Amino acid sequence: MGQTPMLPPRFQDWFAAKGWSPRPHQLALIETAQRGNSVLLVAPTGGGKTLAGFLPSLIDLAARPRHSRASRLHTLYISPLKALAVDVARNLETPVAEMELAITVETRTGDTPVARRQRQRHAPPDFLLTTPEQLALLIAHPRAPQMFEHLKTVVLDELHALYNSKRGDLLALGLARLSLLAPGHRRVGLSATVADPKPLQRFLLPQPPGTETLAELVVAKGGAKPNIAISASDSYVPWAGHLARHAMLDVMTAIGEAKTALIFVNTRSQAERTFQELWKLNEPNWPIALHHGSLAPEQRRKVEAAMAKGALRAVVCTSTLDLGIDWGAVDKVICIGAPKGAARLVQRIGRANHRLDKPSAALLVPANRFEVLECNAARDAVLAGELDGERLKQGSLDVLCQHIWGMAVAAPFHADALYAEIRSAMPFADLSRADFDAALNFVATGGYALKSYDRYARLRQLPDGRWRLAHPRLGQAYRLNVGVIVEDPMVDIRLQSRGKPTGVGGRRLGQLEEYFVEQLSAGDTFVFAGDVLRFEGLRENAAYVTRTHDPEAQVPSYNGGKFPLSTFLAQRVREMVSAPERWHVLPEPVQEWLKIQEWRSVIPGPGQLLVEHFPRANRHYLVCYPFEGRLAHQTLGMLLTRRLERARMKPLGFIANEYALAVWAARDMSGLDMGGLFDADMLGDDLDAWLADSNLYKRTFRNCAIIAGLIERRMPGKEKSGRQVTFSSDLIYDVLRAHEPDHILLRATYADAGNGLLDIARLSDMLARVRSRIVTRKLDRVSPLAVPALLEISREMVARGEVEEDILRENEDALIADAMRVD
Amino acid sequence: MRCVWTDLCVTVNGETLLLDKSGAAFWPKTRTLIFADLHFEKGSSYARGRQFLPPYDTRATLLRMAEVMARRSPSRVIALGDSFHDPHAAERLGSEERTLLESLAAAAHFIWITGNHDPHPPDWLGGAVMEEWREGGLIFRHEPRADAERGEVAGHLHPAASVAKYGRGVRRRCFVADAIRLLLPSFGAYTGGLDVGDPAIAGLFGSRFHAFMLGQDRVYAIPRSGSGGDHSRFPTRGILVSG
Repeated sequence: MGQTPMLPPRFQDWFAAKGWSPRPHQLALIETAQRGNSVLLVAPTGGGKTLAGFLPSLIDLAARPRHSRASRLHTLYISPLKALAVDVARNLETPVAEMELAITVETRTGDTPVARRQRQRHAPPDFLLTTPEQLALLIAHPRAPQMFEHLKTVVLDELHALYNSKRGDLLALGLARLSLLAPGHRRVGLSATVADPKPLQRFLLPQPPGTETLAELVVAKGGAKPNIAISASDSYVPWAGHLARHAMLDVMTAIGEAKTALIFVNTRSQAERTFQELWKLNEPNWPIALHHGSLAPEQRRKVEAAMAKGALRAVVCTSTLDLGIDWGAVDKVICIGAPKGAARLVQRIGRANHRLDKPSAALLVPANRFEVLECNAARDAVLAGELDGERLKQGSLDVLCQHIWGMAVAAPFHADALYAEIRSAMPFADLSRADFDAALNFVATGGYALKSYDRYARLRQLPDGRWRLAHPRLGQAYRLNVGVIVEDPMVDIRLQSRGKPTGVGGRRLGQLEEYFVEQLSAGDTFVFAGDVLRFEGLRENAAYVTRTHDPEAQVPSYNGGKFPLSTFLAQRVREMVSAPERWHVLPEPVQEWLKIQEWRSVIPGPGQLLVEHFPRANRHYLVCYPFEGRLAHQTLGMLLTRRLERARMKPLGFIANEYALAVWAARDMSGLDMGGLFDADMLGDDLDAWLADSNLYKRTFRNCAIIAGLIERRMPGKEKSGRQVTFSSDLIYDVLRAHEPDHILLRATYADAGNGLLDIARLSDMLARVRSRIVTRKLDRVSPLAVPALLEISREMVARGEVEEDILRENEDALIADAMRVD
Repeated sequence: MRCVWTDLCVTVNGETLLLDKSGAAFWPKTRTLIFADLHFEKGSSYARGRQFLPPYDTRATLLRMAEVMARRSPSRVIALGDSFHDPHAAERLGSEERTLLESLAAAAHFIWITGNHDPHPPDWLGGAVMEEWREGGLIFRHEPRADAERGEVAGHLHPAASVAKYGRGVRRRCFVADAIRLLLPSFGAYTGGLDVGDPAIAGLFGSRFHAFMLGQDRVYAIPRSGSGGDHSRFPTRGILVSG
């Protein structure tokens, strides 16, 4: 190993003793630190990224004179996951101990005992590892200036997962305050590979008004290309569905070949189903576990601990394990269902990667024909090193309100100064003074000049113009409300032994959304936590269940965990569909499907939107294929139906999946002007009228109202029931829409909906893209491409039961035969 | 009395009452319109706890009252108590709201039944203030009594019901009725609801009662048994006359 002049001897010896040599990007980070600059490190998993982030701080502290050991916070590390912060702290202990460095490392999370948290304020460790929420709490404290005045470095881990979200907004506002408390400190951003690193580089630095500055960029050399296989059968590929039941034997085989496999699915209900299916086939009795966000934390910790020990062969999991601790034993990643995005796929595959020079192994298991296309497109993108870009969100106004409140808790402030400070945070660089003032007034008095509100104002102005907190109790209220993660109202699921009276005892299995539990009647069965359960009754805030065996048990569907297909990947799928010369890589049934589509209808060109019309069973269908994800399609379906109603087409219903939208009506729609039907002006009044009543939208408003502090967050055990909170936020929503439609929280809600929730922005882009590029086909019967969407109609509508299943199956077979008939 | 198809009628102790989609009840025989639990200025009452709700609930409630009154042209209006959310609510009324309220009070004869939130409604309101009002087969009071004689019309409990279908639940305010009494939903814009399955409501009624949920354009009747575990929760169209 050669000399590395940047590395002090003690560190060189340590690397040598380990048999390592410092990686180029680790040295590059030491160099930027010596120049005093902030830097973004983009590196794949397994690249020693975290150590790279900490090395400059370790070197700096190692050079500190022996006796200047005052308690001063040197480096603040922030991770999106509490578990990751704890794990990184543990990993740091190794070099600290082995090099005998006198450096203290501590974590601070919601679990940290109160006494230690207090001590950390006046006698902080050298390194403090924490989360964005804890940072918000730390800076909203009168002693924050003392705590942070000596801060030298901030390390932001997994920055790609944070920067473009509400938690990123909270973090950015926290960093803006740190810039004032510790001028000149450096920041190090650590990120997985992203399509465009610029916004992350901006995020790291205070942004001067009207212009941009970027942190330096270091890109680690990519590791070995992963081996990505796609499970495919030339005999059978399902037309619809997301469970991939047909491929479970392949999955078992893949588990058998691996030491430990992570099996990713997209939703919690898929996780439950997949877990059930695998155990049906698990003759070798391999230890296979289940992990998702609704399971009790104890249960999840148990699975994680077993994983860390290498005691499991496989874990079926959702995005809860996308990020997090590196488990050395994982040597294969299996992704069931659609990958949704190339970046997500890279992230997941990376979980099987521990060394840059060794390729990680992944198996993609598409559950239907469209997913076969999507898996192929995603693999091509990953191998070509191309990733999805993200639409950059503006800083959220509800988060802004929360932050202003927090800053008043810290100390009185001048509005001008706080406005300038907030605008230095990248997401809020374009914040208008009017919006800032609206947020400030909202925090002070709700924004209403009423005598009765002024009397109890939260913020008051001092004679010198500074705003101060009206009462210390408001500091407490702020601390209870801090953070931007708002859970749906949840109900505990408690398992009782059979025969016990309902409501007595019971082990907590986890939590389910209240609205799901509300639909259950005593005796209903459902699958949860890997068990088939019978609902016995609801007592206080817990649902009591017993174990049972019911092959027809339903699986709760959840709001969470449904990511839309990324715009980038959708584009690649469209390209693949429109290029017959590329179809040869696809399994036989999928090729046949596309070829018959080409012959019967048409294969749309890459920039075109295909709209098909056909009659079926006394109804007239209109099916279009935007490939923009279910949410955007649902919004489009809603808007098209309104328009068709006005055109007197008597629309009867619609169904959306990730790729297509089908609308059916009593009248033949083929005579309509498609350009007019798909005109972007539908995003005006129609959209507005629909949003007024949308449950999803009301839930978004509720989240904004809680984040901004309009209504109180539910505290476990002592708050009013979650349902009451939901109800009152709906009442406020209705009243606001009618009487103050431009209220700051309605604007925050609209921004959220546009950003992702209802994908309005994406829909708008799509409508602009296809203008005058709509291809219409009038057919005499259903086309092959339309079958998957039409199959979902019956799937969503029909209840369970053996006889009904038969009817369903017959219906399905007839539909497919009709579509594939070559005459 | 004949009901048109968008209305639902119930007969309580021989008197027919029409359930308006707004949540008010109308007694055609005496041209009386009945509102329960208006809770004026509930929103502004939260300011004391430094929670600043948008202060439009009184206006919204009054405008909805005005709309029903224009439709039904009552000669008399009975407010079933808790019309004002707290003793200082009337002082907090905005000038627009006060004008609106005065114009409504001038349009019909008002009977203000007192409730636990407003034992002393403001005297400038006009109309009559009383704890109970008896007329024909009916007794109007704020809080229903467990031992009530037949013909009780009351509020206080803010009943709401939910139904579920296709994996989606819908929750709405509702009327609750049996042959003995009619319970009105709360009318105030910021008033929440108590599930009809809650013992406070279910305990008042015998083994059979009916809930009538407020829909967008009409009222939906839902047969319900008081013992829970029922499986016929879908709204059905129909007129129920019990008596």
